[in-house]
Amino acid sequence: MGLLLSALSSIFITLSIVFILFYEAFGFFKDVSILEFLTGKQWTPLFAQPKFGILPLVTGTLLVTAIAVIVALPVGLIVAVYLSEYAPFKVKEIAKPILELLAAVPTVVYGYFALLFLTPILQKFITDLSGFNALSPGIIMGIMIIPYVSSVSEDSMKAVPMHIREGSYAMGATKFQTAFKVVIPAAFSGIAAAFIIGISRAIGETMVVAIAAGMMPNLTLNPIEPIQTLTAYIVGISLGDVPHGTIEYKTIFAAGITLFLMTLFLNILGFWFRRRIREVY
Amino acid sequence: MSIEEQNIVDIRKKIAFSKLRNNIFWIIGLFSTLIGFVLLFTLMIDLFIDGLPRLSWQFFTSYPSRFPEKAGILSAWVGTILVMIVTASTAVPLGVAAGIYLEEYGKKNWLTHLIEINMNNLAGVPSIIYGLLAMGLFVYFLKFGESILTGGLTLGLLILPMVVIATRESIRAIPNSIREASYALGATKWQTIKDHILPYSIGGILTGMIIGLSRAIGETAPIITVGALTFIAFLPSSPITSGFPFLSFRWLLDPFTVMPIQMFNWVSRPQAGFHLNAAAAGIVLLFMTLLMNGFAIYLRYKFRKRIKW
Amino acid sequence: MRNMISENLKAEVKKLNFYYNDLRALKNINLPIADKRITALIGPSGCGKTTYLRCFNRMHDLYPNNRYEGEIILYPEGLNIVDLKVDPIEVRMRISMVFQKPNPFPKTVFENVAYGLRVRGETKVNFLKERVEKALRQAALWEEVKDRVNDLAYNLSGGQQQRLCIARALATGPEILLFDEPTSALDPTATSKIEELIMQLKKEVTIIIVTHNMQQAARVSDYTAFMYLGEIIEFDITSKMFTHPSQKLTEDYITGRFG
Repeated sequence: MGLLLSALSSIFITLSIVFILFYEAFGFFKDVSILEFLTGKQWTPLFAQPKFGILPLVTGTLLVTAIAVIVALPVGLIVAVYLSEYAPFKVKEIAKPILELLAAVPTVVYGYFALLFLTPILQKFITDLSGFNALSPGIIMGIMIIPYVSSVSEDSMKAVPMHIREGSYAMGATKFQTAFKVVIPAAFSGIAAAFIIGISRAIGETMVVAIAAGMMPNLTLNPIEPIQTLTAYIVGISLGDVPHGTIEYKTIFAAGITLFLMTLFLNILGFWFRRRIREVY
Repeated sequence: MSIEEQNIVDIRKKIAFSKLRNNIFWIIGLFSTLIGFVLLFTLMIDLFIDGLPRLSWQFFTSYPSRFPEKAGILSAWVGTILVMIVTASTAVPLGVAAGIYLEEYGKKNWLTHLIEINMNNLAGVPSIIYGLLAMGLFVYFLKFGESILTGGLTLGLLILPMVVIATRESIRAIPNSIREASYALGATKWQTIKDHILPYSIGGILTGMIIGLSRAIGETAPIITVGALTFIAFLPSSPITSGFPFLSFRWLLDPFTVMPIQMFNWVSRPQAGFHLNAAAAGIVLLFMTLLMNGFAIYLRYKFRKRIKW
Repeated sequence: MRNMISENLKAEVKKLNFYYNDLRALKNINLPIADKRITALIGPSGCGKTTYLRCFNRMHDLYPNNRYEGEIILYPEGLNIVDLKVDPIEVRMRISMVFQKPNPFPKTVFENVAYGLRVRGETKVNFLKERVEKALRQAALWEEVKDRVNDLAYNLSGGQQQRLCIARALATGPEILLFDEPTSALDPTATSKIEELIMQLKKEVTIIIVTHNMQQAARVSDYTAFMYLGEIIEFDITSKMFTHPSQKLTEDYITGRFG
């Protein structure tokens, strides 16, 4: 039936992604040793003496993600607690659509904002801050991710039945105590899933970092230096001509498969947490 | 003071502290929530200050150029529209059909379970990976090349999970008693879907489709990967031809660019003049996105009022 | 169960068993359904009366892991309607159902009533209009909605919506009309209107009504069956069942000692 075929398309897409990534990556690893790939400290695949260590790109990705997460997770959780336990109906009515809109802004626009608005402002406080850096896109990405974290966390907090809260209030607890000592632990699986979604989104983000973080692989943990993420590398190469089968072509798939495996791991983790919620209720 | 009185004083101190902490959190919470609003507002003001002066008829009808004052977004917004046509034509029929299958026909077996896991997983795959898939599959294997068709198909696959999920949720909202009433009158499964399930879930499906498309409009990374060019000084072939059969599909295979890529290109240049153009393009993009999302939210509200389950 | 009826039968239930997975919900049911009479089914919650009713229009086919055993013979041709070889769609075109909670479609009054006809392929506007009006008159709703036929059905009151569902079920000219606790969601005024209506309708169609309201069964029906834990305990002419029940269990239920 036509309908069944449409549904099967999702399996088809996943299989294609896996197939293409592995196929092209296989081609890459025929020429490059996995050891060098995983442990090498330089990523200069287009030089005369190419180096294929993926670490600079991975640390670039993780550095920006870490900054984003430091911003998004606490703020997202606080917003979720506020909306779920404190906010009057009218505030919720306004806040929720605005958060939805925040998530709907195209990432190029956020990238523009990071490069041309936030970085100059930050440079007034941090004089060493280079024009391309990890801090500015990290903060902007954090803000971008807040709606994802807050909406999933809030949903799972809403699912905690009212009578559990009432037990806490009846003992004289304040909203704050009830929220943090009773509701959050009860909604833990959902909140963990929300955090994982946020992290996964940050890792996969492309345009903000491509615009504001730089296009130079740099093995560093210093956020004021320019770095390049896995995603930005792929974009950078794709902007030029990439004939099929060349070493550049293969490197983007190598970066791609690394990215895919990182997010796949997180998605499986998140899925596992979300299944735990359904079992509890 | 007696021991009891001392205890009561202590308890009151603790309660006072708890209440204070509670109230402080209330303020922190409100503040955090408003951050979103403040940010959006600041973003828009910043864009407007730089970009508004550049918005003009000339801006909308010119091609990109080496000179910032002469550059415009003509090829970009035309490209966006054409790509969106392909995206919608892919994602909507495929997504709605898959959603109907999963809700009305699927039995709880391993196959349906597998399909669902895949759907949920795909929603979390970074968009650039879709670009890599598209490059291998559409550009090289199927030989569609770096064309509007490829771009549209890529984005179609990207937003497919959204359309499926929106379809499923709207169908799930239909109470079973309505289905039973239809079957009890002698309707077949297909008649029930055609006359009841689809019409009553259209609101939710449309909303999901619009939100998906608004996300697709702003997507840059996968489109760059499939080879959208950043300097296009021409338009794709026209869909309308002067001779029979008056309709042409050549434009599907033409090279193209889209709005977010144009903005990306201008932001990446060092000259301040291009940054102003980027801001202007950003305003147009933001406006399109917010308009579509606002419209979707409005549609959702209106349909909820009309059909009261 | 002996057939105590000397009248014509519209249907006959013979050794009917029904299984939800391995759970046997109906046990060896034997019952006559008299033609153009009202047969009521009473019993405590969970005794199987709705399960029994839904066998008549093959509603159970819509869900997995259900099994019919035995026969429900439809006269005059003697067709066994729970035989899997018989198309459920055909059965539903001859036997209509009115549900417990009114469930009009989110469409206009007209489209609701016309749907059963459209499903049979009727498209001629005049024919549809004629049949819709006839059905609405039969359901004692025409006078109240004749100016609002193109309004959404949701704007009607609860009692009106239920009469609309009755009209919808009548529009296709069924041979048997099944009522599943049709007034349990309605107020007393609406309830009595519908009870009056049901008694009128038996001139034109055979009726089976499931109800947990014993007074309703006593008021409305010609024959009553008392069901308990999936079995028919007693079946008799209504007036006799309620004044001189022959089983102690029946008497206990009727006098309110349980259920």
